[in-house]
Amino acid sequence: MKYLPLIWGSLFRSKTRTLLTMLSVVTAFLLFGMLDSVRVAFNSGGNVTGANRMVVASRLSITQMLPYSLDSQIRQVPGVKASAFAAWFGGIYRDPKNFFPNFSVSDNYLDLYPEYVLSAAERKAFAAERSGAVVGAALATRNHWKVGDVIPLQATIFPKKDGSNAWPLKLSGIFHVRDSKRQGEENQLVFHWSYFDESNQFVNGRVGWYIVEMAPGARADGVAKAIDALSANSDHETKTQTEQAFQQSFAKQIGDIGLIVTAIMAAVFFTLLLLTGNTMAQAVRERIPELAVLKTVGFRNRTVLWLVLAESMLLVMLSGLIGLGLAAVLMPGVSAASNGLVQLPTVLPETWGIGLLLMVVIGLVVGLLPALRGMRLNIVDALAGR
Amino acid sequence: MKPRRRWLSNLITTLLLVLLLVAWVLLPWYGVLAVAIAAVVWLLATRSGRLALAAARIGVASLPQRWGASSVIVIGIAGVVGVLVAMLAMGEGFAHTLNQTGSNDSAIILRGGSQAETNSVITRDQLPLLSALPGIARDAEGHPELSAELSQVVNLPSRADGTDANAQIRGVSDAAWKIRPGLRIVQGRRFDTGKRELVVGDGAQQQFRGLELGKVLRLANQEWTVVGVFHSGDAHDSELWADADTLSNAYDRQALQSVTVKLDGKNGLAQLKAALAADPRLKLDVLGTRDYYAKQSEGLTKVINILGKVIGTIMAIGAVFGALNSMYAAVAGRAREIGTLRAIGFRGGPVVAAVLLETMLLALLGGLLGAFLAWLVFNGHTVSTLGANFSQVVFQFRVSPQLLWTGLKWALAIGLVGGLFPALKAARLPVTEALRSV
Repeated sequence: MKYLPLIWGSLFRSKTRTLLTMLSVVTAFLLFGMLDSVRVAFNSGGNVTGANRMVVASRLSITQMLPYSLDSQIRQVPGVKASAFAAWFGGIYRDPKNFFPNFSVSDNYLDLYPEYVLSAAERKAFAAERSGAVVGAALATRNHWKVGDVIPLQATIFPKKDGSNAWPLKLSGIFHVRDSKRQGEENQLVFHWSYFDESNQFVNGRVGWYIVEMAPGARADGVAKAIDALSANSDHETKTQTEQAFQQSFAKQIGDIGLIVTAIMAAVFFTLLLLTGNTMAQAVRERIPELAVLKTVGFRNRTVLWLVLAESMLLVMLSGLIGLGLAAVLMPGVSAASNGLVQLPTVLPETWGIGLLLMVVIGLVVGLLPALRGMRLNIVDALAGR
Repeated sequence: MKPRRRWLSNLITTLLLVLLLVAWVLLPWYGVLAVAIAAVVWLLATRSGRLALAAARIGVASLPQRWGASSVIVIGIAGVVGVLVAMLAMGEGFAHTLNQTGSNDSAIILRGGSQAETNSVITRDQLPLLSALPGIARDAEGHPELSAELSQVVNLPSRADGTDANAQIRGVSDAAWKIRPGLRIVQGRRFDTGKRELVVGDGAQQQFRGLELGKVLRLANQEWTVVGVFHSGDAHDSELWADADTLSNAYDRQALQSVTVKLDGKNGLAQLKAALAADPRLKLDVLGTRDYYAKQSEGLTKVINILGKVIGTIMAIGAVFGALNSMYAAVAGRAREIGTLRAIGFRGGPVVAAVLLETMLLALLGGLLGAFLAWLVFNGHTVSTLGANFSQVVFQFRVSPQLLWTGLKWALAIGLVGGLFPALKAARLPVTEALRSV
């Protein structure tokens, strides 16, 4: 610690160079913070402690619907604490480009999602209103909806019995999601399945998927097997998996975000290594006489090594932390500025962890060669400028 | 120069630079060519140009001595260009696949208001009405060339890791082969009407397990045999085809989803549209197939484009700092040389031009390297994503010359920004001080 002023002084010996290098590192970690958080959030859907939910969907395909009659059967399965269901609606609001997930749900659906924070009054209002709907806060902000508004949802799959596509829904409540990783879920609309079931032209008594909450201590694979056994060899075989596995398989189909992020970051960090490495080499080369003086007044070889290493670590850590911090500030800003159209998480703990590790590794790698050079200096040669 | 005046002039330079960059991005290729020719003419024909060239030659000759710092510029810019080109190539590949799909002489009919086949319903009693409409081409015997189709999304194990992914099975009528002439069987044969047989696209074959010729698949609790493989070079490559009636029996579906027709001549589409609008029994939309598929790529392509450019911009900012750093160091290291040049009569202009030329040269090198790497690694790389019909669409990265050109333009822009300020610094070096520096 006592060497800190010395390290600090040598770091800012050439202000322009250090500043420019720092800015490069800051941008690299800014990009890393944003991309990696998106990756983590994208791949971790529904992973919450305490919520042990499973999704029961058709084994044949995601678009195949299941009979409503399964509901009471699923409730009988040992290990099942509660069961709710939902059916995809796929409506559009004004413009098809303005996409958001919307589906009809059973009356107890929201009970299974305690992380969707909805006031008791709004919850009650929703239950009482036949054509009521509940939306996430981000979606409401984006479309300037207030509780009490009528949302003219247009059906694309399910026309009403009279053939019209207009499904006006009354907004009964707006829910919030606390977990920043799952901010994207504030972008959905749910309404009553009973209303959907009796008013649409095509399907009757069919649901899209079931959500099952397991009793504490129940084993997921055992319960899943028991539920799938209910419909074995029928025309509506089911596939039961944990909510996390279900969402991950879905995310995987959109694309390998992890691979893309890794490839981009590999390019960025390779360049960064070169850049900071060059800066450190330059800094040490310029300072050779000074290092020789340090050695002359009694600094050990090892101490000189650590001084240079500490300098490069300080350079990378300082700017890396600024970069990640900037990302943490910027990302909620982007979400807010886009009016909820883009939902970015803040920089997540996992990302901070990987980021710190990267900073240490880059700092070490970059500083090692110049530090060794400093350590091996021959005092006489260095002072003579040879 | 006094600090305040220098600060002011730097500010003005920055503003001008921003304007210049905007103009540069908007400049079409012939504009760039004109700028390049003007620069070459200036370099070769005028006195100050020749001086700049001479000064630049000295700088370039000393590049190998500063290979560390120079490679920072080259590799930094190569990284930006490589990532940018790769991202844009992904968007371009997706758009290309869907834009290739469909033709100008066929149209698709969907239920009014539905955006994609998955959402559409066409009842069987509407079919005879449709067949009689004008605008649909007829074969030698007078039958309309029309394929009533249905699309079914099924879970198939992906080749990558065996987890379920969505595949699209398209049930088609006999006329489908005629309506899509670009599609040809490369292995095996077509399916027989009435049998549970499948032909699979070669894209789907790459994407899913168990689609080899002769393999048996279990769909809807029935066994289906793969009897052929087709290639079309467009979005149909990701599909599995079967007989529409057999498929609708297997999945117990009465209604169809879309009708694809061959159009009769140039104004076939207009005729068909008018006829559909006139018949109140048919609440259907008709679209040219080319439009229909092109529209499906719009959203995702736009997202990828914006994302690629945002990431590219952030990386470019980082690369600019790297270039600035290297060039400032280069100017400082060569202060004595530059001072000498100034002392023997080189004006500020040629000195600025010389440093700029050197940076741009390195940037060009980086741009070429990055674009080449992106082309080498990604051109033709096959990936897939979820398409508009909720099923996997297989497509290939497409590193087009257009994208390589965009990458080079970015590289030169980064070089310009990274070189200008060090160049100005070089031109402003007080001669006496510069000569005295070590």
